[in-house]
Amino acid sequence: MESIKDPILQIKDVSIAYGNNKRAVKNVTADVAKNTITAIMGPSGCGKSTLLRAINRMHELYKAIHVTGEILLNGENVLLMPPTEERRRIGMVFQRPNPFPTMNIYDNVLAGYILNGIKLSRAEKDEIVERNLRNVMLWDEVKDSLTKRGTFLSGGQQQRLCIARSLALQPDILLMDEPTSALDPIATKYIEDLLVQLKNEVTIMIVTHNMSQAKRISDYSMFMYLGELIEYDDSSVMFTNPKDERTRSYLTGKMG
Amino acid sequence: MQDKIFRFVLILSAVVIPIIGGGIIYSLTNDAASAFKQFGFWEFIFSDDWNYTPGNESYGALPFITGTLLTTLLALIFCIPFSLPVALFVGEYFRGRKVATILSTVTDLLAGIPSIIYGLWGFYTLRPIFMELNLSPQGSGILTASFVLAIMIVPYAASLSAEFIKMVPADLKEGAYAMGATRAEVIRRVVFPTAGSGVFSAYILAIGRALGETMTVTMLIGNTNQIPTSLTTTGNTMASIIANQFGEADGLKLSALIAIGLILFLITAIINLIGKILIRRAQHV
Amino acid sequence: MVRDKNLQIRIFKNRLLYIVVCVFSALTAIPLLAILGEVLVRGWKQLSWTFLTEATPNAFEAMMAMSAGDPMPGGIANGIVGTFVMLLVAAVIAIPVGIFCGICLSEFKGNWFATVVSYITDLLQGTPSIIIGIIVYIWVVVPMKGYSGFAGSVALFIMMLPLIIRSTEETMNILPETLKEAGLALGGSYWRVMLQVMVPSAFGSIFTGILLAISRVIGETAPLMFTALGGAAISWNISRPMSAVPLMIWEFFNDPNLQSLIWGASLFLLTFVLCLNLLAKRIQKKWKV
Repeated sequence: MESIKDPILQIKDVSIAYGNNKRAVKNVTADVAKNTITAIMGPSGCGKSTLLRAINRMHELYKAIHVTGEILLNGENVLLMPPTEERRRIGMVFQRPNPFPTMNIYDNVLAGYILNGIKLSRAEKDEIVERNLRNVMLWDEVKDSLTKRGTFLSGGQQQRLCIARSLALQPDILLMDEPTSALDPIATKYIEDLLVQLKNEVTIMIVTHNMSQAKRISDYSMFMYLGELIEYDDSSVMFTNPKDERTRSYLTGKMG
Repeated sequence: MQDKIFRFVLILSAVVIPIIGGGIIYSLTNDAASAFKQFGFWEFIFSDDWNYTPGNESYGALPFITGTLLTTLLALIFCIPFSLPVALFVGEYFRGRKVATILSTVTDLLAGIPSIIYGLWGFYTLRPIFMELNLSPQGSGILTASFVLAIMIVPYAASLSAEFIKMVPADLKEGAYAMGATRAEVIRRVVFPTAGSGVFSAYILAIGRALGETMTVTMLIGNTNQIPTSLTTTGNTMASIIANQFGEADGLKLSALIAIGLILFLITAIINLIGKILIRRAQHV
Repeated sequence: MVRDKNLQIRIFKNRLLYIVVCVFSALTAIPLLAILGEVLVRGWKQLSWTFLTEATPNAFEAMMAMSAGDPMPGGIANGIVGTFVMLLVAAVIAIPVGIFCGICLSEFKGNWFATVVSYITDLLQGTPSIIIGIIVYIWVVVPMKGYSGFAGSVALFIMMLPLIIRSTEETMNILPETLKEAGLALGGSYWRVMLQVMVPSAFGSIFTGILLAISRVIGETAPLMFTALGGAAISWNISRPMSAVPLMIWEFFNDPNLQSLIWGASLFLLTFVLCLNLLAKRIQKKWKV
């Protein structure tokens, strides 16, 4: 593939090791283009989630995980930033929708501000909540129940609420770790359409098990196997004409 | 920075616990020292003398240690025929059904009744019945105290045993049923062997409770300072002698009572530790 | 086919076990009903407004009333005030310390320090209450040169602490890890995520734990006997000896002149404790994590 010009995120020789020297990710190097969707695929245990979580520095919650290499956001090494600031600039959406159970919908959208101790005026809050709920096409469904807790929403609605929660902080990058694996096909379709619209505002990296999903929505695709980045290319190229034998056998269902 | 303060506060509040625990051992040992010094450690434990006439003071813990062990053992024996059926009722036969919830509420409430009220009930209701039945002349004594103690520990033994009985995997039981076993046989051959160590630990913890129970025993045991010779005689436990005499004690007697407290603390600590270790093992199977 | 000659016996045994389990389970309800019934029947007559608002009569008043055949004057207000004050002081210290310690144990799970603290917590939970009484006597009563409500509070604090720690720790352990991750992924600082996301999510269960801890210590007599001691007048001063409802029952039990007050005080205590217990269970069901 031709090199990506002006990348927003550069992953440089990143390796991730668990305590006993078991390397889950091995020397991955890749640039991510701005305002695109990049899918990361691979069989279970290939290190794709580990890589994604390292970008948001989730690994720091667990002592025994060690990351080497550099991850540059707009040229700045995120591994050296204060983690709270870094995580505000790189959002994350998880596998299972997890709105905060003790906060209402309104506060859930503002959770990032609340948890960072940022004071906002009432008008600012209203504006942020409405804009972000509209962004995820949830506004019309919940505008009358903003003071209710988010737990009564359907799984798909909850996941969109979680996306709104991340977008509210206006991150540069949104990381998604199999965001539709806990959802039914209709809710999945809804989220996929949403992601395609959102890429004008935010760069998306999505880990997925679902090859057809990657094919449908992504501009670029990575294929990882046993901790290595095997192939990284335009999705249109990757899905029609993979170069590596392992990618080919994965995409044709012979592996994974 | 604020995170550091927060973590510091967390650890600070956790440090309170070892300080209290270590402090208890230190203070008890420190204040019991003069009794142990005066009589010797083993002599204190194996002497049955409890004499506080000034100038002729002599203290030994044996009557109270035997009293405690005897009441606890009897309470355990009385408790099992009730706690085991309750555990099976809640954990196996009527598991998850409304009657089981009702029975657990009953045992929960039994566990919630303050021990002083058990003592009153034992004294004003059970004691006359025991006298009527000619079980003991004054109605109070080892037997009465153990009986009420047994009722008090049923909830602890039963609810924890039920938890472990519930944890027995259904496919194990189904395997036995599929070969034609009756429910009684499944309980005997599958449920008890599987839940056994957990049920055992529940009884260890129940013993731990019975050992230290104070008010009920104090009100019912008759409070005499000799080694009990039969089940109907009166006696004292380590907890009840402290409850009775600590208030007006000083000097050597105070130290002797604290020494008894230390022995009681160590015995319950060991029993509880064994129980907790067994439980943790049973839960991780 | 393998023939079973004992089938009848086996079926009989199976039946027998079923019946035994049911009968003996039903029998355990008898003590509860007997105790509730007795306390209710005997205590009902004594309950009145003055019983709850006046202090214990002194021995002379009690003797006069007895010999004249009058109803016993006075009540248990000094005990109610004492119980309330000592419990409040104990809870105000025990709740934050217990919650923070519980968070610590769940956050540093597996660490040697947390393991040690966890075992000592179990140890404290199993320590006989009379020992707590002795220890607070040594730690507080002796240095302060006198019995006091404060000493009683310290005893109740030590008894409540392990219960609150356990319930906090257990609740924090079953909260999904992703909840914390989601908070941190938004750039929230650790302490904010813990106090604004995790603790509120666990609050229902922690609150239940606190209620159960209160209902457990509220009926405790032994740890108060050599610490708060008791007192006949209504007193709000925790640097002076203080009474408590269970302590008063013990006094009434030992004083032939005051025996007629036993059952009213017991009814009050029992109602309070059991209602607290049931309330806690109700909340637990409703706010399950």
